[in-house]
Amino acid sequence: MALAKITSVSGRGVFVPGNDIDTDRIIPARFMKCVVFDGLGEFLFYDVRHTPEGAPTGHPIDRPEHKGATILLSGANFGCGSSREHAPQAIHKAGFRAVIAENFAEIFFGNSTTLGIPCVNAAREDIAKVAAAIEANPAIELTVDVAALEVRFGAEKIKITQRESARDALVNGRWDAIGDLIDGLPAVQATAAKLPYMSAA
Amino acid sequence: MSAQPKSLFEKVWEAHSVRKLANGQTQLLIGTHLIHEVTSPQAFGMLRDLGLKVLMPHRTFATVDHIVPTNELVEPYKDSLAQAMMDELRKNCAQFGVTFFDRSTGKQGIVHIVGPEQGITQPGTTIACGDSHTSTHGAFGAIAFGIGTSQVRDVLATQTMALGALKVRRIEVNGKLRAGVYAKDVILHIIRLLGVNGGTGYAYEYAGTTFDGFSMEERMTVCNMSIEGGARVGYVNPDETTFAYLKGRPYSPTGDAWDAAVARWKSFASDPGCRYDDVVRIDAADIAPSVTWGINPGQGISITENIPSPETATSDDDRAGIIEALAYMKLPAGQPIKGTKINVAFLGSCTNGRLSDFQEVARYIRGRKVAPGVRAIAVPGSQIVALQCEKLGLDKILAEAGFEWRAAGCSMCLAMNPDKLIGDELCASSSNRNFKGRQGSVTGRTVLMSPVMVAAAAVTGVVSDAREVFAVN
Repeated sequence: MALAKITSVSGRGVFVPGNDIDTDRIIPARFMKCVVFDGLGEFLFYDVRHTPEGAPTGHPIDRPEHKGATILLSGANFGCGSSREHAPQAIHKAGFRAVIAENFAEIFFGNSTTLGIPCVNAAREDIAKVAAAIEANPAIELTVDVAALEVRFGAEKIKITQRESARDALVNGRWDAIGDLIDGLPAVQATAAKLPYMSAA
Repeated sequence: MSAQPKSLFEKVWEAHSVRKLANGQTQLLIGTHLIHEVTSPQAFGMLRDLGLKVLMPHRTFATVDHIVPTNELVEPYKDSLAQAMMDELRKNCAQFGVTFFDRSTGKQGIVHIVGPEQGITQPGTTIACGDSHTSTHGAFGAIAFGIGTSQVRDVLATQTMALGALKVRRIEVNGKLRAGVYAKDVILHIIRLLGVNGGTGYAYEYAGTTFDGFSMEERMTVCNMSIEGGARVGYVNPDETTFAYLKGRPYSPTGDAWDAAVARWKSFASDPGCRYDDVVRIDAADIAPSVTWGINPGQGISITENIPSPETATSDDDRAGIIEALAYMKLPAGQPIKGTKINVAFLGSCTNGRLSDFQEVARYIRGRKVAPGVRAIAVPGSQIVALQCEKLGLDKILAEAGFEWRAAGCSMCLAMNPDKLIGDELCASSSNRNFKGRQGSVTGRTVLMSPVMVAAAAVTGVVSDAREVFAVN
């Protein structure tokens, strides 16, 4: 399977402030009653974007000036909580192609990488700098350069970090592991044969 | 013993390593794959799109838990989406030859309760499931990962997934827990101490005399909430307690194979003197009955403490977190949490929906009544737990006290079924997450605590110290 080499993502950004934004907030569980991922995009952050009565709350991603943004910025421990891939799926289907945060919860990070969504870490002050630039000019183009590990915006840039295995997978077009895993099938059978419990049903 | 002392994590990792992948990750063999209705249908869909089969259907086990109504046994369910997910799982299991513990088998339940009670969960194995509370299975000395749907696809198709090794933090709890303090309080204490993201990148090895003395069910309660502390994996080294629990279970080895298995299981336990990336020591006597006051499981206090106030915050983040949490929870800063009015009491979930949880509650609640105006439900974690409770008459004791005795499922832990909070109801809950909206109402409020503390809150109508309510000493 030939996958795209994701070396950088460019587009407009939107800052969703806060730490510990959990997967229930990213996609509330009631929207997971589905057998396909299609349509999850509109439910991204649903309960924060709407009052209990369903009226819009003016959430950053709904502000007209941020329409079409493709890069999401947030705080620390983004994506904590459940293992639901519905969370990065909703982010992707809502049009986002990269997430910049101070750091990420483990399972969310892996799920996002597998979908080809770079999740990159930046210092809080640097995220604030980018957020300020977006606030000043919502149309400003950001470039999340996964290969060079920096985010460029206007004349400025900030440093970012990313776990090397994820960075390697993204820039070399092997972020979805299924092809590599299938290539290893003979070795899988050999490893399984050494483990007695694997033969038992 | 090998020359170089190793931790259980390292040994299990090595035994299941298939090969190194180009990006530096490991192709890791997953011995046991547990699936359920919420995170598997899309994975089966991807499998069909790619024209792939389930590589090892005999190592794949399914049950249904998140969406099943706990007060409705006859299909079709009123919720057509729930019925569609049920039908989809049934179809996928039939088509790909996967064993399905459907409701008709009498073995259905929450996936993290079914695996252990069937003897599928075994020491020295790797387990994956599309659910973050898969860490529960680590109680047996397994390395158990919560995974996303694409990884469910990977494991279905190849019985492996791509993963980087974790660091290991040993968390030793030593000594005897004080009266009225439970395994739930131990894990809430650990999360409060180390933070909700303190475990990112780590596997937690729980050890020490407190864990040595714990039953398997208590160990499961602690391992279950590892992910709430950011640790994807949590485990306890296997010992005689583990083997005694597994003996005679449907999927446990028998005869000579049993002896061989026990010898093998023992060999996976961490070697004395092995290297840990971090060690944390906790005195059991420092742990009190705990409750959460905020919107993540790390925002907890002992029942005798006051609700934090922004003025006492230790950092700007902490202050912002307190302000946000108190606004959502509608709780007064600096006041005792004890006495906070509750509307709902929920007993159950993969954290605390096992026999010993209901036994302990029944022991104290016998002859007491749920306070007027409190909606109380007790939901066994599996059909087998339900049967065990019913044989002991625990269902009757709970029902006489005013708890509704339900059928097995995830119920009000995550509200993907009809069991939900309404409006800003406050729920005393034995579950694992107090996130905003977690229990099904966008303004619903969750206070996490041990099952006995839930019982105390239920009978008094307010968050209470179970030691006072039930004269525990």
